[in-house]
Amino acid sequence: MAQIIHRSTNLLKTVSAMRHLTTASTTPITVETSLPFTGHNIEPPSRSVETTPQELLSFFRDMVLMRRMEIAADSLYKAKLIRGFCHLYDGQEAVAVGMEAAITKKDCIITAYRDHCIFLGRGGTLMDAFAELMGRKDGCSKGKGGSMHFYKKESGFYGGHGIVGAQVPLGCGLAFAQKYSKDENVTFSMYGDGAANQGQLFEALNMAALWDLPAIFVCENNHYGMGTAEWRAAKSPAYYKRGDYVPGLKEITKSLSCETSMQVAKEHALKNGPIILKWTPTGIHELHVRPWKQYRTRVRLLVVLDRTLKRNRKEMRKGWMKSLQKLRI
Amino acid sequence: MAAMLQSVRVSSASFHLPDPSKVPLSSVCALPVIRSGRSSSLDPIHETRRTRKVLTKAVAAQAENSATAASKPGHELLLFEALREGLEEEMDRDPRVCVMGEDVGHYGGSYKVTKGLAEKFGDLRVLDTPIAENSFTGMAVGAAMTGLRPIVEGMNMGFLLLAFNQISDNCGMLHYTSGGQFTIPTVIRGPGGVGRQLGAEHSQRLESYFQSIPGIQMVACSTPYNAKGLMKAAIRSENPVVLFEHVLLYNLKERIPDEEYVLSLEEAEMVRPGEHVTILTYSRMRYHVMQAAKTLVNKGYDPEVIDIRSLKPFDLYTIGNSVKKTHRVLIVEECMRTGGIGASLTAAINENFHDYLDAPIVCLSSQDVPTPYAGTLEEWTVVQPAQIVAAVEQLCQ
Repeated sequence: MAQIIHRSTNLLKTVSAMRHLTTASTTPITVETSLPFTGHNIEPPSRSVETTPQELLSFFRDMVLMRRMEIAADSLYKAKLIRGFCHLYDGQEAVAVGMEAAITKKDCIITAYRDHCIFLGRGGTLMDAFAELMGRKDGCSKGKGGSMHFYKKESGFYGGHGIVGAQVPLGCGLAFAQKYSKDENVTFSMYGDGAANQGQLFEALNMAALWDLPAIFVCENNHYGMGTAEWRAAKSPAYYKRGDYVPGLKEITKSLSCETSMQVAKEHALKNGPIILKWTPTGIHELHVRPWKQYRTRVRLLVVLDRTLKRNRKEMRKGWMKSLQKLRI
Repeated sequence: MAAMLQSVRVSSASFHLPDPSKVPLSSVCALPVIRSGRSSSLDPIHETRRTRKVLTKAVAAQAENSATAASKPGHELLLFEALREGLEEEMDRDPRVCVMGEDVGHYGGSYKVTKGLAEKFGDLRVLDTPIAENSFTGMAVGAAMTGLRPIVEGMNMGFLLLAFNQISDNCGMLHYTSGGQFTIPTVIRGPGGVGRQLGAEHSQRLESYFQSIPGIQMVACSTPYNAKGLMKAAIRSENPVVLFEHVLLYNLKERIPDEEYVLSLEEAEMVRPGEHVTILTYSRMRYHVMQAAKTLVNKGYDPEVIDIRSLKPFDLYTIGNSVKKTHRVLIVEECMRTGGIGASLTAAINENFHDYLDAPIVCLSSQDVPTPYAGTLEEWTVVQPAQIVAAVEQLCQ
């Protein structure tokens, strides 16, 4: 426990130290992703990603904000100020942040009920989010939707859906509308490994491939479908291959690799039609916050939390070191 | 009773207040035909002959004589053509309107409602979908969220049960759960109802299953005139609308106006004004009721027939005025007995107009069974005109 506290104090120091470096770091640097991409019916993009320390810093800042928000939501839920369901996205923030970096607000995103951080990424404010979670009329859905129904129409965020898998055909519809109006935008239809076993996903894949809709299906595999582990629910965990004729990309989640693959996916979707992306973020919270039952032990949770943040810190540090070195030169 | 007599357009000094067991005859037009009493010994033939002279037509929609067709205004067409005309006019008017469903494009629609539209508007606007109701209904909802106005055709309403989640949760509830950010201007339409021996799964009445879904509007068309008007109104509405057609009504012929018209989605239609009993019905049962009305008029009754058209919300204004006039209600529907449209309507009328009723509401519905294949059995599960006549006679005693 002491080690964890020590490390999180380090984290705070890092954050404050970073603020001093924001102005200095727009020089491009090349970072290599920790693991290569795996492609199915598509050439995987290269591991080297060009970025700037400033971009990395903004990723980190956004991710920390999202993490803080989710942890706060967890505490509020346990204090019974948030009722009903509260599905948290901590551990998976890299997907939201990487996605936003690769696209514009005209592209559409639709997801299931783990939508708090994507809402933030699309330009939602903390005030809107917490007001909605606590059922106030200043919330993004006027307090009528709750945790599972965050929407932001002007930024192309279409929610926020409670039924597992039902948002995927809706995403198909968003892509259809984009093709209909001939605007060069794409739709990201996000779902989890649990929803990957839904029939309507395969129906949507078929239709998207049939009509070359600019739809990108993003599977966030946190290895648990509601309460059941992936290996007990899915015969084949290779979700990126489930499209068969639809190409797929697989990666372990980091924000940079998210960004790269989202860019690749967007180009592909605009030219050739649908593509599946599979991420394996390590979600920290289970389906939703249930204070009386956790299927992962507390210690393991904290270790995972720490490890994810540490990985990103390392990336940030690498970037600063290089820019610092250049400055010294 | 007195109020009813006052409204009879009859001037006769010899008229005296009849007792409840005998029913006075009043006719649609102004010629007085008075009976002081009515007994079964009266010669039915003489009675019929005399009443025929004064009766105007008992059925609202009638096929026109070809000799006079050319001189009358408007044009004659079948119900499915009327639907197509409405659809085509709306697609011409607004480029955001599109159709999606099974066999709607190249095949022209399983009931020819979209025939010729794919050639005119292209494959994207009249989209042939694979057999995947759940996802193409979801796709329509997603497209509607961005501003398109899709029309989903269920080849048979029963197939839309597969899309129930999309219709209920996404189509119906998204406007609410998003705090008003999104409107879902979809139209979900298709034929339902009991046909000619189509079997249990293809003879379903989905209006009873959908009526509880918060957020959707439901309408049922029954004539070419109201089919075209309701189709246009449904497409123009910002709410999700479910338009119920009937498999057996597609070949009804009627003369409709040439000029553009749009009907209201929340209004009921007065088919035949009357005095003794209000008969509320919709879709195919309207024709069974009108057939029964002919018999009833011959027997001396004067039923008021209202086609409710709007299944959700009910047009309680028109219905209420009618109940206040006649004080007796008979509901004739094709839905199942349990949890059908008639059940909701009975509750609504009881709640709102209880004081005006002289008798309990009678609701004639289909039997709570899967529709059999055998023709005779199928007939027995659905309300027939003879049952309607018997019910009115009992109600008016």
